[in-house]
Amino acid sequence: MADGHATPNHDYHLVDPSPWPLVGSIFAFTTAVGAIMWMHGMSLFGLKMGAEVLGVGFAGILYVMFAWWSDVIKEAEHGGYHTRVVQISHRYGMILFIASEVMFFVAWFWAFFDASLFSNEAIQEARVAFTGGKWPPVGTEVLDPFHFPLLNTLILLTSGTTVTWAHYGLLHNDRNSLKKGLILTILLGAIFTCVQAWEYAHAPFGFQDTIYGATFFMATGFHGFHVLIGTIFLLVCLMRVYAGHFTPEQHLGFEFAAWYWHFVDVVWLFLFSCIYVWGSWGAVIEH
Amino acid sequence: MATTSTSDAHDDHAHDDHPLPHGWRRYLYSTNHKDIGTLYIIFAMVAGLIGFLLSFAIRLELQNPGIQIFPALSAVLTGDGSVDGAKNMYNVFITAHGVIMIFFLVMPALIGGFGNWFVPLMIGAPDMAFPRMNNISFWLLPASFLLLLSSMFVDGSPGFKGFGGGWVFYPPFSSLAGTPGPAMDFVILSLHVAGASSILGAINFITTIFNMRAPGMTMHRMPLFAWSVLVTAFLLVLSLPVLAGAITMLLTDRNFHTAFFNPEKGGDPILFQHLFWFFGHPEVYILILPGFGIISQIVSTFSRKPVFGYLGMAYAMVAIGVVGFVVWAHHMYTVGLSLNTQRYFVFATMVIAVPTGVKIFSWIATMWGGSISLRLPMIWAIGFIFLFTVGGVTGVVLANAGIDRALHETYYVVAHFHYTMSLGAVFSIFAGFYYWFPKMTGYMYNETLGKLHFWLLFVGVNLVFFPQHFLGLAGMPRRYIDYPDAYALWNWWSSVGAEITAVSVVVFFYVVWEAFSKKRVAGDNPWGVGATTLEWTLPSPPPFHQYETLPRISGSDH
Repeated sequence: MADGHATPNHDYHLVDPSPWPLVGSIFAFTTAVGAIMWMHGMSLFGLKMGAEVLGVGFAGILYVMFAWWSDVIKEAEHGGYHTRVVQISHRYGMILFIASEVMFFVAWFWAFFDASLFSNEAIQEARVAFTGGKWPPVGTEVLDPFHFPLLNTLILLTSGTTVTWAHYGLLHNDRNSLKKGLILTILLGAIFTCVQAWEYAHAPFGFQDTIYGATFFMATGFHGFHVLIGTIFLLVCLMRVYAGHFTPEQHLGFEFAAWYWHFVDVVWLFLFSCIYVWGSWGAVIEH
Repeated sequence: MATTSTSDAHDDHAHDDHPLPHGWRRYLYSTNHKDIGTLYIIFAMVAGLIGFLLSFAIRLELQNPGIQIFPALSAVLTGDGSVDGAKNMYNVFITAHGVIMIFFLVMPALIGGFGNWFVPLMIGAPDMAFPRMNNISFWLLPASFLLLLSSMFVDGSPGFKGFGGGWVFYPPFSSLAGTPGPAMDFVILSLHVAGASSILGAINFITTIFNMRAPGMTMHRMPLFAWSVLVTAFLLVLSLPVLAGAITMLLTDRNFHTAFFNPEKGGDPILFQHLFWFFGHPEVYILILPGFGIISQIVSTFSRKPVFGYLGMAYAMVAIGVVGFVVWAHHMYTVGLSLNTQRYFVFATMVIAVPTGVKIFSWIATMWGGSISLRLPMIWAIGFIFLFTVGGVTGVVLANAGIDRALHETYYVVAHFHYTMSLGAVFSIFAGFYYWFPKMTGYMYNETLGKLHFWLLFVGVNLVFFPQHFLGLAGMPRRYIDYPDAYALWNWWSSVGAEITAVSVVVFFYVVWEAFSKKRVAGDNPWGVGATTLEWTLPSPPPFHQYETLPRISGSDH
């Protein structure tokens, strides 16, 4: 596969030329233009087709992700390109990706603490007039952190143990435990998402026109989006398990899904303790 | 840098008779670090030329008091020839000039271009760690660039085209209230795409440097250019996601009525400035650190000495990177920070002068007692050291919150950051370009023409920016299309400098064209015994895949 080369005397993976980066970039551009057209109700050739352009772009991105990662899986399972040194590279890559995700959440927590710690900063007259110098802003009815949010905390923590169970099953070549652990983790992830959706629909405060709603929904919303991605990642792993992929020695796809899942779990613990518990302390709780 | 057993390197030709990608697929579908590096360099040249033309229009406008150029420009580009249309377009040009020079000239040239080309060569790796991801890092950039250029021609603030709020995008001008049109959304999504490109590229560089060094190439034997890209990549991975968060808040504020930057709903426009500069300050080190690395290689090569204080040089960059994360609010002295906060940021900012001083003095100490040959790259490097030092000391001046009260948003700041960026970073780009051009192409350029390019640009940009210190001290504010007659003299000279610079740009493209048409063969190492890094052990240009047998590094001469 490595462009017909005589085997080089090193263990690195010199990847074949691939159309996916270029095609993916074209669809990224399409998605961006579609999103702007959709948000502003703009028309092209006299037709309002922002949603359509956005849909085509997004579907294209999904297709490229599918095709690209299919190539990676083929290279790992059948090509033998993922030597030990290449696997170390992949670990570095995944750790750094998660590090960048952590910094993304730093931005949302920054917004939350800017609003909650400085709700009474004297020089910000307009803000103080809105918040009444309190956090949550005066008159905001909040969610009871020890109701569904606590349940969701327990669900995510439990899913952390089930994914570890699956990992042990994989390491000891116990495919049955691997399948059960994965299925349970995916189910717990799905339940978390459902509970979160139910709570969003019944929240006593809105998303728009209040800093409380903005920080709450965007921080927990991006977390929920990451739960969704993590669940899909685990689902792909489950399908690969049924396809006979992964060995006790080599299963980076599974490991990365587990790392990602733990990352999502830890972010939730910070969201729960900062935004749900501390951020609603002393406020009117909706029952 | 290191003694190697390089007999294998030249055998690489033996592998070249295997089928290799060719035609348009070779570049569009590329997974080869050198081809992708070449794409980056060509992209940077195109984007840099556009960014330069924008600033040239600005300088032509400012050559004399009054409004001369922009009504006609605005009439041609957007169909609005009114004075207000001209004023708006002037600010749109300023904004696009800043974004283009940062994201589409300096970063693609230094990190994407030279980083891709020479980090694997210098550390003895056959390619980057993730060759396919490397290619999407590149191809996202044209997509991002197109989005940015599109923003200039769609509705922005009421009645005008484009976004004119500067590369810092402060709300409320970037909010729905200031810029209701989609121009701002084009800018935001352009930056999202460019940010994704840079994060993926940074992950690739860190992984490559940590995991693909040749046997014996320990971290402490690694050439300083590789060190500089390593530190830069860490800054990218840790700072860009914060910008992504900030501009996502801006996007939802604009389109979905969140309240992040809206004080009437409890938000805080200063929050945006904090988030932006938490990214923005590391960003300026992202722009200059790879340049530091290039200058270290060149000064060492043409002084025929190892770099003075190698470890100090490497860890000075690490220190600049770390401290660079905790100085951001020195961009915000005038927003109403508490005095204690300002005191901290003054102190922390001044601390950065220490590792930066280590670098400047170590370059001088490397030259001291060296066998210096003033070849073209060395001249650019010495020019860099001089210009960057000027920009550095005006930076120490501006670090003082008290003085910054008077100089904030004046031309003194413009002069300061152009001495570090457009003179510092751009001189390091040209230094690297002339240093590695023979290696990348196999051809030698005309050294006399290259020196003409250097002197024209050196005189030109100094004439552009040195008088701007005077203008700033006299109180001339940034981002205005016109000025009182009192500022006319130095503005006129500044614009003469821009005209000289324009000539130097033409000379540069002529130098490149001349080199490709004359095809003077450069040879493996045109620089002699001073050039000790691994890339000079390879043919020029290097084979499609180098180091099929990895080089072994057995010693270190620093």
